[in-house]
Amino acid sequence: MFVLVAMTAILLELFHHSRVSLARFGWGFLTSVAWNPVTREFGAASSIFGTIVSTVIALLLAIPLALVIAMFLVEVAHPRVARPVGYGIELLAAVPSIIYGMWGLFVLAPVLAEHVQPRLQAIVGGLPLFSGPPMGIGVFTAGIVLALMVLPFITAVMRDIFTLVPPVLKESGYGMGATTWEVTRKVTMRHGMRGMVGGVFLGLGRALGETMAVTFVIGNDHRIAASLFASGNTISSTLANEFTEASEPVYLSALVELGLILFVVTLLVQIAAQMWLRRLKRRLGADL
Amino acid sequence: MRRRPVWPRRLADAAVKAASVLAAALGLAMLAWILAVVLQRGASALNWRFITGMPVPPGAEGGGLANAIVGTFLVTLLACVIGVPIGMMAGVYLAEFGAGRTLAALVRFLVNVMIGVPSIIIGLFVYTIVVLPAGHFSGWAGGVALSLLILPVVARTTEDMLALVPNPLRESSLALGAPRWRTTLHIVFRAARSGLLTGVLLAVARISGETAPLLFTALNSPYWPRSLSGPTANLTVTIFNYAMSPYPNWQRAAWGASFLITLGVLALTVVSRALARERTR
Repeated sequence: MFVLVAMTAILLELFHHSRVSLARFGWGFLTSVAWNPVTREFGAASSIFGTIVSTVIALLLAIPLALVIAMFLVEVAHPRVARPVGYGIELLAAVPSIIYGMWGLFVLAPVLAEHVQPRLQAIVGGLPLFSGPPMGIGVFTAGIVLALMVLPFITAVMRDIFTLVPPVLKESGYGMGATTWEVTRKVTMRHGMRGMVGGVFLGLGRALGETMAVTFVIGNDHRIAASLFASGNTISSTLANEFTEASEPVYLSALVELGLILFVVTLLVQIAAQMWLRRLKRRLGADL
Repeated sequence: MRRRPVWPRRLADAAVKAASVLAAALGLAMLAWILAVVLQRGASALNWRFITGMPVPPGAEGGGLANAIVGTFLVTLLACVIGVPIGMMAGVYLAEFGAGRTLAALVRFLVNVMIGVPSIIIGLFVYTIVVLPAGHFSGWAGGVALSLLILPVVARTTEDMLALVPNPLRESSLALGAPRWRTTLHIVFRAARSGLLTGVLLAVARISGETAPLLFTALNSPYWPRSLSGPTANLTVTIFNYAMSPYPNWQRAAWGASFLITLGVLALTVVSRALARERTR
């Protein structure tokens, strides 16, 4: 009961408090790159852009990793090895996000700046995607940290799917002389594609709203840069950084509207993921 | 018909298998790397003064975070006091009384969605309903924000755990003439006790490392948390503030605080997992 009330209340409250900014900027808020507390010009475009880019990087890295890790845990490794390894991967989800932030800022960022980013530039140099000084902090780093954070969630769903595929199907594959990878690709993945999509959606929801780790490593700069090595910001990092400084009503309202956008988007993602997984559950008759 | 050679398929298989081993190793290595860094840098910041002393200004030596440790403890406790009973009631409703009702299905759906709502949004929400009307940041607001985070988690684990209690147990209690509430409270709860405890522990582990919802609610404070009606010191926001500062001794303190938080959260997680495994055995 209370949950119902709480969810509605969140939506109404955020809407209510962003009305100043809604009235002032209208739909242009979504596309404007301006962010100037002095002239009271605010737009969400750079935050939205940063959120999308860092999330895409995170998913691009995390999905294949999660897939092969799940395959390792279910098909390749001996159960005696798989259990502790699976436990370790799950523990990645238990590490608080601020710890990821500390690690990302003080440990990972210098490593990236000194070793990884210059090499990437040397290999694919010239592409605007990897241009600019390798500072270590930026959208790229944020994506890596996010990938590590959503990895356990996606892996968990994938692992369930691997174990849910009827053994008969897999055995017929092996009986035909298929290799493990072929069975995975042509039997398991085809059978469990919908479930995997659901798992990716769960990871997506996590990555979109993640705050602290991203705030530490993304650089917090209101701009849209072509390079992945440039600093940027996300909706949640903007909120975390500027909320306590916002003194003007318009400023505050603009920040709340950012929150509203994030809330609505994650809500949609969550609802889509839940409906998707529920439909799937009914079809497979098993608990995901 | 031309025979396709076998070796490319074998090669692809071996490559993917190798990749899967590498990926798993990579995941574990990252975990080990993070933990090692936190342990190493945190342990060097840690000493008796760190746990019992008060914060010092940048540049000064020594000092501790006793206020933040106590503050985190108080705010988490408050969140449990508010969130656990409500969450449990919601879980009981879903498992015992709501079977087959549309309302229950809706609530269950929203519980799942609410688990996925970013914690910073919860913080924002509590800011608008508690901090703005009150006119200042407070530990109470921090507790309320964390309780909203813990609530859906507790509700879901409660429902799951109660669903594991065999039905004949309920039926025998009802057959003896016990009313429904009594059956739930004295029979079902007792049977599911350790499972419920596990759920609560996991939920506590989840919120005690949270930072984002506290930024706008409890804020932070360099003083002893005398009452929860003012800004309240807590470990996670302290880490954020100290880590972003340019002062080496503050950054060192941030590592020390990270060490404490990580240790606490991981210990809670591991203990509750061990409890859960014992149950299923």
